[in-house]
Amino acid sequence: MIGSTFFALAGAGLVGLGLYGVIMRENALHRILAFNILGGGIFLVFGFAARRGAGAGFAADPVPQALVITGVVVAFSATALATAIVVRLAAAQVEERDAAPHAKDDG
Amino acid sequence: MPDPANVVTILALLASVFFFVAGSVGLVRMPDTLTRIHSLTKADNIALGFIVVALLPQVGSVADAAKIVAVWVLVQVSSGAVAQLMGEVALAEQAMTPSRLDQPDHGRSADA
Amino acid sequence: MSVAFDAVLCLLVVLAAIRVVATTDLRAAVGGFLAYGMLLALVWVRLESVDIALTEVAVGSGLTTIVILRAISRMPVAASSSSGSSPTRSARVAVGLTCAVVTLGLSGVLLALPDPAPSIAPYVAQNMPATALGNPIAGVLMVFRAMDTVLETVVVLLALIGVWAMVPQHRLAEVPGPLAPGRAPEPVVFLARALVPFGLLFGAYQMWAGADVPGGKFQGAAVLASMGLLLMMAGVVTAPAATNVRLRALLLVGPILFLAVGVAGWPLAGAFLGYPAGLEKPVIIAVEVASTISIALALVMLVLGPPAGSASS
Repeated sequence: MIGSTFFALAGAGLVGLGLYGVIMRENALHRILAFNILGGGIFLVFGFAARRGAGAGFAADPVPQALVITGVVVAFSATALATAIVVRLAAAQVEERDAAPHAKDDG
Repeated sequence: MPDPANVVTILALLASVFFFVAGSVGLVRMPDTLTRIHSLTKADNIALGFIVVALLPQVGSVADAAKIVAVWVLVQVSSGAVAQLMGEVALAEQAMTPSRLDQPDHGRSADA
Repeated sequence: MSVAFDAVLCLLVVLAAIRVVATTDLRAAVGGFLAYGMLLALVWVRLESVDIALTEVAVGSGLTTIVILRAISRMPVAASSSSGSSPTRSARVAVGLTCAVVTLGLSGVLLALPDPAPSIAPYVAQNMPATALGNPIAGVLMVFRAMDTVLETVVVLLALIGVWAMVPQHRLAEVPGPLAPGRAPEPVVFLARALVPFGLLFGAYQMWAGADVPGGKFQGAAVLASMGLLLMMAGVVTAPAATNVRLRALLLVGPILFLAVGVAGWPLAGAFLGYPAGLEKPVIIAVEVASTISIALALVMLVLGPPAGSASS
């Protein structure tokens, strides 16, 4: 099982990299990419645990695998929603800036 | 006498590695996007074909072999269309910047 | 020999991730992310998790990259005003050190995991014959942890509702913006004609075969969704509006059937999401087919985004 240890270390590395990207990147979409990398690293940790749990005729423990599949789909849904929010926010900022010179006192 | 199936596999794999390396060298060394697309699609498709040839002797049944060949056919179709799309975009980008070939001596005087 | 391959593969994945995080150009980051996703799928195959590889390459890498690219093209041009100064060197070092500590700590924990590893695989193997399924992951997803899968289908729907909520109520009837401006180029139309029949077959097969071999409804739905998106890109199919009644009905049929099966499990099988004895396979198939349709449509609409594009581009 020594080969899969590399994958565990890669997962830990991806978690660190994704965390760095989420904190340091200014562009919101870039942050979402880093968030996906962070998620990928966590899934790799699950996959490592699944591989170590091989037994009873399975090459990898099925339960963590099912959890990762659920996680990948949910991460995609979150990414889609997050990008929609980011785009809407940017559009709202542009509208607000364009309306500023003629802004009446709306209170 | 080594197993002929393994010999075919190893030879085909070596050939495909050669073509993949050639395609990547072309990607790095070619001057502009259009020629790079050319090198990528041609060399990489042949290399993929060699990988298919390498896998065929190792496969157990005709159905599995047909599936592997089908993968190659589908990659050909889609990579050809995608290369066309990229070529259109690259051509449009190039049309906006003057090309070396537009000069009277076809840019030869600028060659290093 | 395979250890060397694993080591090189991990190195490539980490390098691709570094490329994504370290570059300042967003499009270069997206390209790196696509490469990272493909390599990650290979890692999953090496970890003997083919189902995850299929999901990762279709949903985690393919659809996610499309969503980000679409967001990049829909961002209003003048909106990106860089917020003040770029982070100072000391901030960068501090955050980098924190992340390095996280990575090292996680690596230490992972290398010190108990041996022999605890595993639920024996319990799964024990109970699989009762599920009439051949794929243990399908067994876990549809029988042992069916609650997670119900909630997962609902989460996808909720994300879609959130995306649709980006526009005010009176604009909900507008059609989402096109995937690419102008007329569809010839190669795209050719791709739609050549690939879509195969893609629909593959998607349906993946859903069907997922009961016994690696596959499943999420993987099949992702393939079906990309075929739908290809058709829209080629101009063959127009994107439906959010208020389209048939769209809403098809989006709901999966979660509602799943929940109905779950509630019916109380009287018929004694537990929520219990399947009546002897009827497991037909019920699972019915739920999977309905869910595949709903999830595929939801994935398509998630990629298309809010109605009429909320950004004026």
